[in-house]
Amino acid sequence: MASRPVAVSAAIAAAGLILALVLGPVVAVLTRAGGWGTLGPGDWQALRFTLLQSLLSAFFSVVLAIPVARALARRRFVGRGLLISLLGAPFILPTIVAVLGLIAVFGQNGLVNEALRALGLPGFSIYGLHGVVLAHVFFNLPLATRLLLQGWLAIPAERFRLAASLGLSPRAMFRTLEAPMLLRIAPGAFAVIFVICLSSFAVALTLGGGPRATTVELAIYQAVRFDFDLGRAALLSVIQLCLALAAGLVALRLGTGGGFGAGLDRMVTRWDGRVGLPRIMDAAWIALAALFLLTPLGMVVARGLPGLAQLGAGSWEAAWNSLTVALASTLLCLAWALPLSTRWGEWVGLVGLAVSPLVLGTGLFLIVRPFANPLSLALPVTTLVNALVALPFALRILRPEAEAVRADYARLAMALGLTPLAWLRLVLLPRLRRPLGFAAGLTAALSIGDLGVIALFADPERATLPLQVYRLMGSYQMEAAAGAALLLLIFSFGAFWLCDRGGRANVDA
Amino acid sequence: MLTLEKLRYTEGDYSLSADLTLPPGRRVAIIGPSGAGKSTLLDLVAGFLTPRAGRVLWQGRDMTATPPDKRPVAMLFQQNNLFPHLSLARNLGLALRPGGGRLTAEETHKVEQALERVGLGGLSARKPGALSGGQQSRAALARVLLQARPILALDEPFAALGPALKVQMLDLVQEVAGELGALVLLVSHDPQDARRFAGETVLVAEGVAHPPVDTQELFDSPPEALRAYLGQ
Repeated sequence: MASRPVAVSAAIAAAGLILALVLGPVVAVLTRAGGWGTLGPGDWQALRFTLLQSLLSAFFSVVLAIPVARALARRRFVGRGLLISLLGAPFILPTIVAVLGLIAVFGQNGLVNEALRALGLPGFSIYGLHGVVLAHVFFNLPLATRLLLQGWLAIPAERFRLAASLGLSPRAMFRTLEAPMLLRIAPGAFAVIFVICLSSFAVALTLGGGPRATTVELAIYQAVRFDFDLGRAALLSVIQLCLALAAGLVALRLGTGGGFGAGLDRMVTRWDGRVGLPRIMDAAWIALAALFLLTPLGMVVARGLPGLAQLGAGSWEAAWNSLTVALASTLLCLAWALPLSTRWGEWVGLVGLAVSPLVLGTGLFLIVRPFANPLSLALPVTTLVNALVALPFALRILRPEAEAVRADYARLAMALGLTPLAWLRLVLLPRLRRPLGFAAGLTAALSIGDLGVIALFADPERATLPLQVYRLMGSYQMEAAAGAALLLLIFSFGAFWLCDRGGRANVDA
Repeated sequence: MLTLEKLRYTEGDYSLSADLTLPPGRRVAIIGPSGAGKSTLLDLVAGFLTPRAGRVLWQGRDMTATPPDKRPVAMLFQQNNLFPHLSLARNLGLALRPGGGRLTAEETHKVEQALERVGLGGLSARKPGALSGGQQSRAALARVLLQARPILALDEPFAALGPALKVQMLDLVQEVAGELGALVLLVSHDPQDARRFAGETVLVAEGVAHPPVDTQELFDSPPEALRAYLGQ
C-alpha cells in the first residue's frame, strides 16, 4: 500500500503515546512510593478484603450462571432474544445507577426489607461485604452467563443427537457433554470476573467503606483525597498494579475468547429435560435471573421519574460535563484505535486495561501537580483515562474487521496508488462504519457512567453526572439522586443506541 | 519488452525463478499446477512482491523497486476489484485521481466513455452490489481502460463466472488490450483459456517459470511437467 509507511508511523505514534501515558504515571507513582513501612494495618485489611470480595463475587457469579445459561441454552420462549440482549446491558450500565437500583431493592427501605418487616422477620443491611458482592454479582452474573452460554452453544448439535439416540440418562449426559465444557469455560470466566472485581472502586465507595470493607482502589482514593498521603497512595498503587497484572496474566492464559458473543440467539435442540422437573427448574432459574437483573433497573426508573423534576442547576451542569467528556473521550479512543487495529496494536491497548484507572489518576495527579492545580484538570484527565480504559474494548471490536478490510482491499489500493488520506476517507472509515458505531457507543456509554478518576480530582465546581449522583446520595437527597440516576441511565443507554444506530443506518454492501 | 532477468523469489521452502522476455502487445497465458507460483509471478511483475535476486525491466528500464501504482501494469485480481460501497463512477474515478478528489468534467466524461465501451453505459451511479457478476467484471475492465497501462495482468478474474460468460469476457479483454496495445498476462488453470486466448504460454511448474512457447505447440507435445498437470 502506498499508505503503508504512513499507517506504520501513525501506529507507532499512537502506541508511543499510550505507553507514555500509561507508564509515565506508573513511573511517577513508583518514584514517589517511599519505603514499605508506611503501610498501615488498614491497608493490609484492604488488600485482604479486595481478594476476598473478588473471590466471592467471581464464585457466586459463575456458579449461579451455570443453571441460568443451561436454561437459556435449551429453552425457547417469548422474549428469549431480548433477555439475552439485556444480559449485555450491565456492561454499559453506570455503576452508580446499578447501586441505586440495588439499594432500592435490597436497602434499608428497599422492597426486600419491607417484605421481611411485613412478615415480622428481621431485616438486613446492604452495606459491607455482602453488599459489595451482591453488586458485583449483579454486574457479572450476566457476563458469566453469556460466556457459559457461548460454551453451551458451541457443543456440536450432533453430540446431543448421539446422546439422545443412545438414550443417555441426564446424569450421563452431563458427565459426557456438559461437564467437560464447563471445566473448560468456567475457570476462564471465573478469572475474568475476579480481575474485574479486583479493581472495584465505585461499588466499594458506595456500598463498602469503613475499615472492614475497603478495596485497595478505594484505599488509594482515601489516601489521596482525605489523608493527602501521596507516598502511601503510590505504594498502594504499586500493590494494585501487581495484583491486576498477575491476575490479568492468569486470566489471559485461561482465556475464554470473545465476550461480545455473536450468534447467541441460536438454540440447541435437545431431547432431554423436555417435561417435568427440569422444565420447571429451568423456568424458575430464568425467572429468578430476570427478576434479579430487571427489578433494580425498574426501581431506578420508577423512583427517578418524580425526581427528574427536582434536578437543580448543579445536576444539569454535571450532565453537560459528562456529555462533553464522553464525546471527547470517544473521539480520542477511536483516533487511537484506528491505527492500532492490528494484532500487536491490540496488545498495546491491553496495557490500559492492566493499569487501574485510580493508579493512572494518581500518577497523572503527581505529574501535573508541579505545573498546575490538578483539580482544574479534572475533566481533561477523566477524558484521557476513560479513553484509555475503553481502548481494549474498541480494539476488540474493530480489529477483526479492520484486518479484513486490509486483506480485501490493500492490493487494490496499492494498484491504484490511493493516498493515505483517500484510503482512510474513502475505504477504511466507510467499510468500518458498523464496528466504529458499536465501539463509539460502548466508549461513550462507559465514559458517561464512569465514576473513578473524577472522584479523585473533582472539586465542587467540576462534577460529572455519576459524581453528582454520588454527592446527592451522600447528602441524603435520595429523590434528586434518583432523578439524576435516571438521567444518567438515559444518557448512557441513549449514547450507546445513537452511536450504534448511526453505524448501522444506510449501510449497503 | 518485459524482461524478467535472473529473477528469484523465495519464501520458506518455496522458491520461484524466472529468466524470460515478453514482447509488448502479445497475449500470454500463464498456466501450471496450483501452488506452482502463477500468481506469485504476476505479483512480482505488478510489484506486490519483491524478488530476492534479479531484476524486472520494462523497455530496458529497471522497475524492480518501483511501487505497484508507478509501474506500467494494470491488474485485475481474483476478487475485490471494486470497492463495494462506492458507485461505479467513484470506483473508476479513483483510477484517474488516487487522492479521491473531484473529477473535472472532462474526466467524468472519460469515465462515462469507459463504462459505455464495456457495455455499462448509464450505470455509473450503481454500486457493485447492484450489478451481476459479469457486469462487475466489465466495470473492472473499464477501470483498466482508464488506467491505460501497457501491461495488463489478469489473476483469474473470471474464475467465478460461467463458461459462456467467461468466453465473452476474454473476448472483451482481447478488444480492450488491442485498443491499448497492451501486453496481456493471463493466469489460468484452464488449458482451454490458454488455447483460445493466448498465442504464447508460460508454463510455471516445479519452481520455474519457463520462457514462453507457442501455445499450440506446447499443448500438442506437452513436456513432462505439463503432462502431469493435464493428467495425460
